[in-house]
Amino acid sequence: MTQVGSMETGAKAPAEVAKPVMSSQSKTYLASLALLVLVLLAWQFLPPALGVPKFIIPTVTDCLIEMKRMLLQEGLVGHTLSTALYTVLGFAIGSLLGAVIGYLLGMSEFWEKVLSPYILALQIAPKVAFAPLFIMWFGYNAMPKLLVTVLIVFFPVLVNVLQAMRTVDRDLVNLARAYNLSRWGIFMKVEMPSTLPNLMAGLRIASTLAVIGVTVGELVGGNTGLGFLISYGGGQANAAMVFNAIVLLTVIGFLLYTVLVRIEERVLHYLPKAQH
Amino acid sequence: MALEFRSVTKEFTTGAGQNLVAVNDIGFRVNEGEFVSVVGPSGCGKSTILSMTAGLYQPTRGEVLVSDEPVSGPNAHVGFMLQKDLLLPWRDIVSNVEFGLEARGVARSERRDRAMAELKRCHLAGFENHFPYQLSGGMRQRAALARTLAIKPEIVLLDEPFSALDAQTKLLLQNSFARTISETGKTTLLITHDLAEAVLMSDRILVLSERPGTVVAEIKVDLPHRDEPLQRRVMPEVSDYAAQIFKHLKLEEKAI
Repeated sequence: MTQVGSMETGAKAPAEVAKPVMSSQSKTYLASLALLVLVLLAWQFLPPALGVPKFIIPTVTDCLIEMKRMLLQEGLVGHTLSTALYTVLGFAIGSLLGAVIGYLLGMSEFWEKVLSPYILALQIAPKVAFAPLFIMWFGYNAMPKLLVTVLIVFFPVLVNVLQAMRTVDRDLVNLARAYNLSRWGIFMKVEMPSTLPNLMAGLRIASTLAVIGVTVGELVGGNTGLGFLISYGGGQANAAMVFNAIVLLTVIGFLLYTVLVRIEERVLHYLPKAQH
Repeated sequence: MALEFRSVTKEFTTGAGQNLVAVNDIGFRVNEGEFVSVVGPSGCGKSTILSMTAGLYQPTRGEVLVSDEPVSGPNAHVGFMLQKDLLLPWRDIVSNVEFGLEARGVARSERRDRAMAELKRCHLAGFENHFPYQLSGGMRQRAALARTLAIKPEIVLLDEPFSALDAQTKLLLQNSFARTISETGKTTLLITHDLAEAVLMSDRILVLSERPGTVVAEIKVDLPHRDEPLQRRVMPEVSDYAAQIFKHLKLEEKAI
């Protein structure tokens, strides 16, 4: 009886909390929206009022007009899709490699110790600086930007997975051993699920970095993508083009991040909501 | 004989390269269906006894026998339970109870049936689709007991399963565990630092010395209601037994 009672209160508590959270949530949404409108208004009217020329800071309407021109004349859709494709591709390959190697190293203490100084060094080295090298090696094609993205995405995923593998509850592993689970069974049924929260956190960080990787790759070489439009627009003193490209890059990164958060909510549904 | 330790010694090599004797020349027997508690000061090697029975590691010298067979590795005859419930948070309760059966070639439908039966026995019917975070501490421990019993072990090892619970939940859970265990007739080894708990739940109590742990006393608890600790609790003899164990632990000498 007592347990049933405690369950009821346990189930009731979140519902009671949920109401004020909802109203405070809509309050913060409203405030965020108001702030956005304020910034856009300032952007539209402040620079002309202060006499800033539009090749330094174009107004919102300048940007929108330029956006239309880019759509019609510069093949903006193609550039955006190309950048989006390589962001997702680089993210997928990099995080897959990072996760696989993270799990492998997590299972072998020896190799982890042998490789950890090099992993640290590579992690610290600025990955975007490799872009010119990759262009020298592979030429002006999609390979360099893909490689930069893979490299930049790889480490946060690897490090998060490795960290999580080290902190898997030993007692859980012992329990699984006592239940005669094989090494593979222990990995699939205990270690992998235990590390999922960390893996998801690593993927979220990696998703924001993926956009940086692709952008740098496109800035340094090539003639496609939003990064290319940034360097092209910069060369023409077309600030509106640069602004637009930056906005679209942000949208790509934001979409990827949002998708990951949705997946995370699905996958980690078993965590009490307060921890999210 | 359900469980027997034959002059078992276990040494560990510490990080500094020293040898640490956890338990020294321990010998005892637990009969079929008996409930035996092991009490002792902290660090006396209580958990070492449990790990060797579960087959997680081997004794340095001596032999551990479960059902007259030497333990040489994790084996299907032993189910153990710790202070932590060790429920997998990403599985619902019934899948958690099935966990121990999965590597043992039990068919899926039979797993589910056995898990549901154990949940019912542990008074958790209706909670099979809840996730661990949705249950109270006491219910989670009962789920852990259901998981332990689902593998139909010959011996149940309990390593301080009640010590993380509040006083009232503890009493209720001791009662519910005692009843479930006596219904199933399982041989049980309870490791605890709670003297009253040992007296309330056991047929026999082994008192261990400080490290290196050896058995310094064996006390037979001659009281009724082993399946009902709440009834035993009000008996005047309980405090005599506790005092007797207390004397063996020589706590006064250590008090400053």
